[in-house]
Amino acid sequence: MYQDLIELRNITKIYGEGHAAVHALDHIDLRIRRGEFVAMMGPSGSGKSTCLNILGCLDSPTGGSYRFDDVQVESLSLDQRAALRRNFLGFIFQGFNLLNRTSALENVELPLIYRRMPVRKRRELALKALDDVGLAGWAEHTPGELSGGQQQRVAIARALVGHPKVLLADEPTGNLDSARSKEVMEMLSGFNRRDGVTIVMVTHEPDMAAYADRQIQFRDGVIEAVP
Amino acid sequence: MILWEIYLLAQRTILRNVLRSSLTMLGIVIGVGAVIVMVTLGSGTTAKVTQNISKLGTDILYVRPGLGSHGPGGLRIASKQFELADAEAIQNAIAGLQAVAPTTDSNRQAIVGSANRTTWVNGVTNAYFTALGWTLADGRWFSDAEQKAGKSVCLLGQTAQKELFGSTSPIGQALRLGKVSFKVVGTLQAKGASTFGQDQDDVIIIPLRTMQRRIAGKADVRNIVIAVAPGVSTQTVTADIERLMRVRRGIKPNQYDDFNVRDMKELIDTFTSTTMVMTALLSAVAGVSLLVGGIGIMNTMMVSVTERTREIGTRLAIGAMREEVLLQFLVEAVVLATFGGILGILLGLSASVVGAGLIGVPFIFKPGTVALAFFFSGAVGVAFGYLPAKKAAQLDPIEALRYE
Repeated sequence: MYQDLIELRNITKIYGEGHAAVHALDHIDLRIRRGEFVAMMGPSGSGKSTCLNILGCLDSPTGGSYRFDDVQVESLSLDQRAALRRNFLGFIFQGFNLLNRTSALENVELPLIYRRMPVRKRRELALKALDDVGLAGWAEHTPGELSGGQQQRVAIARALVGHPKVLLADEPTGNLDSARSKEVMEMLSGFNRRDGVTIVMVTHEPDMAAYADRQIQFRDGVIEAVP
Repeated sequence: MILWEIYLLAQRTILRNVLRSSLTMLGIVIGVGAVIVMVTLGSGTTAKVTQNISKLGTDILYVRPGLGSHGPGGLRIASKQFELADAEAIQNAIAGLQAVAPTTDSNRQAIVGSANRTTWVNGVTNAYFTALGWTLADGRWFSDAEQKAGKSVCLLGQTAQKELFGSTSPIGQALRLGKVSFKVVGTLQAKGASTFGQDQDDVIIIPLRTMQRRIAGKADVRNIVIAVAPGVSTQTVTADIERLMRVRRGIKPNQYDDFNVRDMKELIDTFTSTTMVMTALLSAVAGVSLLVGGIGIMNTMMVSVTERTREIGTRLAIGAMREEVLLQFLVEAVVLATFGGILGILLGLSASVVGAGLIGVPFIFKPGTVALAFFFSGAVGVAFGYLPAKKAAQLDPIEALRYE
């Protein structure tokens, strides 16, 4: 087993061709340890979101190598990447991305359905995950009946219900007021410290980045400083 | 197991928007319903025709002068008429006949007091009633003496009776055909419409000799109606009659018959197969609306994929395979189509029961057709659901997640 869970080497991502080509990521190296809480910062267009998408296997780099635990990701097929996301990654998004008119419980169960887990087992796990984010009594409520903070907690429960190796968070507090943001960040940081969940978070708010163990600054497709 | 989950998901999605789903299904409902109605009523009609023929007596041959189906002009070419001797020759020379009835008919005006009606006047021998299975409602048949002497007596069909005499009993009353006055000796039981829609009861029947002497003024015989004995092949008898008549009429081997023998059974077969072709044709037209229904489903699914772009992105991000997303939308289309198919089957069967009652044919339930309609609607779902499902499965998850 490698000590670092994630290792990016010489990663580039180029959009477009010729003169119009944009280097979204320009020869990036990045290592993330097990149990680390990393915040990726930077202005828009700096490459932090592209980097997160590559880490999440949603996007493929133009060049370079990506090792996730003991897997070389660039050698995987689309379906193998989907399997990797399903089994080892959890996502939370700025816009929550919960399924409309679907109960919190069913939203949390969703990743487990794709793992083909039997109904009873996945219900049990989903209820437990909702309990962990403090929404035990809200299982039957649909996103429309929940506040923004509650919706993001449902999303966190959905991301963590399958015990992923990494939680990838894309501006998780971007749609929340400061009180709710704090609540969500404390919850994430709690999962990180208590359960050792590795977290990679993109944010542009220094207050939120302060919760992380390490802050990575992106600018124009390169990492500026790794303290 | 995952397929069952996907089915439940599809069902829930469909029920979530009942109005849209119903409108989407409508095309399939109408298409399947129309096919069911066409096939059911078509086979009902065929059954009714077959039933009518057996009522009529299946083994009846009509021998008539004229070219029939051979050569140009058909019946318009004047051929030599038959005579009584032709009927007698058939009776004597050909085996396996139950009755041979020479008849001469024509359209005449009948007058009773101030009532008058143009009706079918048929001069017949008594064998005619046996051959076609007429029965008396009232009165008596013609006696042999009346036949031989050509007396002015007549029998009335139900329609002619009602039109000329109303509700009073016509027995013993007089009616006039041209200048000749006839005495009504009996009335006939109703036979109803023939297979071809002609009212068989709108008729006045008189002795053949009376017809020849008093009405037509000629000794011609226009038809010879022949009842073939049970168990005897009508085809053999037809061939025998054709051979005999060619000799009697002096037709050379290279000439066509100038008469024709019509087999009622054969006629019915033709009619039945015509009905079946019509049924198939109408069902095909109805099937077109199934295709239109399929296009409706495709349209709705396309809209649905666009609306649910973020959902698709989320599913892909949390680990759904592209095939699973494809399957989700495909199953939704198939469930929509088969729901529509089931509704269409129910609607079609109920409409068929009502329709069969209205046009007076039996309702015949055909499980094969119903099963076929069901599977076909499913196939429409697959065919027209595939493109939208493919579109959903090929979305880029990053863009889909950000879709507003």
